[in-house]
Amino acid sequence: MGFDKNSYRFSDVKNRGWIYLVVGIAALALSLFGYFIDSEQFFHSYLVAFVFWCTIGLGGLFFVMIHYLTNATWSVVIRRLAENVMSIMPLVAIFAFPVLFGLGDLYHWSHADAVRSDHLLQGKSAYLNVPFFIIRLVIYFIIWILLSRYLFRLSLRQDMEHNDSVLRRAVKISAPGMILFAVTVTFFSFDLLMSLDAHWYSTIFGVYVFAGSFLSLLSFITIYIISLRKRGILAETITLEHFRDLGKLIFAFLIFWGYMAFSQYFLIWYGNIPEETVWFLHRWDGSWKIISLILVFGHFVIPFFVLFPMEIKRNIPVMTVMGVWILFMHWIDIYWIVMPSYDHHGVQFSWMDITSMMGIGGFFVWRFLRNINAHPLVPINDPRLENSIKIIS
Amino acid sequence: MNNDILGIIARFENSAGLLKAAEKIRDAGYIKFDCHSPFPIHGMDKATGLKRSPLGWLVGISALIGTSGALLLQWWTSAIDYPLVISGKPLFSFQAYVPVTFAVGVLLSAFTALFGMLILNGLPRLFHPVFYSKQFARFSDDSFFISVEAGDPRFNPHRTSKFLESIGGKDIELLRAQ
Repeated sequence: MGFDKNSYRFSDVKNRGWIYLVVGIAALALSLFGYFIDSEQFFHSYLVAFVFWCTIGLGGLFFVMIHYLTNATWSVVIRRLAENVMSIMPLVAIFAFPVLFGLGDLYHWSHADAVRSDHLLQGKSAYLNVPFFIIRLVIYFIIWILLSRYLFRLSLRQDMEHNDSVLRRAVKISAPGMILFAVTVTFFSFDLLMSLDAHWYSTIFGVYVFAGSFLSLLSFITIYIISLRKRGILAETITLEHFRDLGKLIFAFLIFWGYMAFSQYFLIWYGNIPEETVWFLHRWDGSWKIISLILVFGHFVIPFFVLFPMEIKRNIPVMTVMGVWILFMHWIDIYWIVMPSYDHHGVQFSWMDITSMMGIGGFFVWRFLRNINAHPLVPINDPRLENSIKIIS
Repeated sequence: MNNDILGIIARFENSAGLLKAAEKIRDAGYIKFDCHSPFPIHGMDKATGLKRSPLGWLVGISALIGTSGALLLQWWTSAIDYPLVISGKPLFSFQAYVPVTFAVGVLLSAFTALFGMLILNGLPRLFHPVFYSKQFARFSDDSFFISVEAGDPRFNPHRTSKFLESIGGKDIELLRAQ
C-alpha cells in the first residue's frame, strides 16, 4: 500500500480492512449462537466487549477535546488518529441495542417482583427503572455522537481551508463538551456497570472507568502508530519524541488508574459497611482473588516499573508489548467489574467472552481503518502542524 | 598579566544564534562557559554539552527511603511498640498505612529534588563575574549572552574574543574586577 508524503494520504487504497469485518460478522454470529445456549452468559460476555470498545471510543473523544482545550502542540500530529477513533461512536451506539434486550438477564433491578420485595431497590426505583435507563442511554449516545461528529467535521474543514476561526470554534465547543463528557461518562458507568450490583454504590466509579478508558485509547493509538511505522509511514512525522510524550501520558494514567482504584477500595475497606464491602468480597472469593491480584500487579505495579525509565518510552518493542498488555489489562478490568455479578464464586471463562470481543472489535477496527483511508492522516492545515512535527520532548 | 581578567561575554541577537554558537563553542572544547537567555531554549542542554543530571537517581532513592521508612514507622508504632486495635482491623493493616507512606515518599523526594537541584547548581551564590558587565542586565530582557570564564583551560583573552566574534558574537566585553 503506497503512502503519499505530501498529502498524508494512502495513494492506492487496497486495504484489507474487510477481513476485520468478516471476522466481526463471523464472531458475532457465533456469539448469537451462544445466546440460544446460555443467554445470561451471552449478555454478560457481550456487555464486557461492548464496554471495552465503547470506552476506547470515548477515550478518543476525550483526547481531541483536551487537545483543543490545552492548546497543545505536540499532539497535533496524533489528533487525526484520535478523531478517527472517536468517530466510531455511531457504530458503538448500534452495538448498544443488544444490551437493551438483555436487561432482564443483566440487571436485577429490572425485575418488578425483585424490586417489590427489596427495600433498597424500591428506594432506587425512581432512577433505576427500564424506561429511564433507556432514555439515559439514548441521551449519552446522542451527546457523544453530536460532539464527535461536530469536532470531526470542523477538523476536516480545516483541511480544506486556511482559517483560524475553525480552530476557535473547536475550542469553544470543547469546553462545554468536556463538562458533558464528564457527566455522561460518569452516569454511563453507573448505569451499565455499577447497577449490575444495584445495592452497591461508589461515587468514584465513573472516574475509575474513565481512567481505564483514556489509558486504553492511548495504548490503542500507540500500537497503531507502531504498525504504521513498521511500514515506514509517518515515521518522520510522528517521531520518537512523540512516543516519549505518549509514553509519559500512558505512565501518568497508569498511576491515575491505580490512584482511583486504591481510593475506591480504601474508603470501602475503612468504612466497612456491609452493603459496600460486599462488592469487593465477591471479587476476593475463590478464583476471583487471582484476577484481583492480576489487576493490582498487571494493571499498575509491573507496568509502573517497566515504564519508569526515561528512555524506555522511546523503545518501540517495549512500547508495543506494553500497549498490548495494557489493552489486555483493560479487558480484564472490565471483566472483573462485570462478571462477578454472573458468578461470584469463581472465574469461568467462556468462549463467548472471546467471540463477542472479536465480534465488536472486528467492526470497530474495520470502521477505524475505513476512516484512516478516507482522510489525511494528520490535520494538514493546522497552523501548529510544523511545530508539532519538530517538537522535542 | 591577565590576572585581572575574569572572563569574556558576547551578545547574540536571537535564541537560534545562541543555540548555534553554543554548539560551536562546545565543539571547540570549552568547558567553563554558560549561556544566558530570557527564556528556556529547547535543545540547549545538548548544545552546551551538559550531561544528564544525577538528580533523578537521588530523588528515586530518597523516594524509596521515604516510603519504606514511613511504612516501617507505622508498623513499629501501631503493631509492635503500642499495639492498638482500631475498628476491629488487624494490627498491621497496610491499607491504612498507604496514604502516609505515599505522602512521606513524596515529601522526601520533593525536598531532595529542591535542595539537590540547588546544591548541584552551586546555589545559593551571591556573585558572579558577569555582574561586572553593564550590558549583561539585558539578559533578562531582550538579549542572549555567552560567558566564558577565565578558569577554562582553553581561555585566552585575545583568542577567545576572536573566536566568539567568529561564531557571531557582538559587543564582546572582557570582564574585569572593578
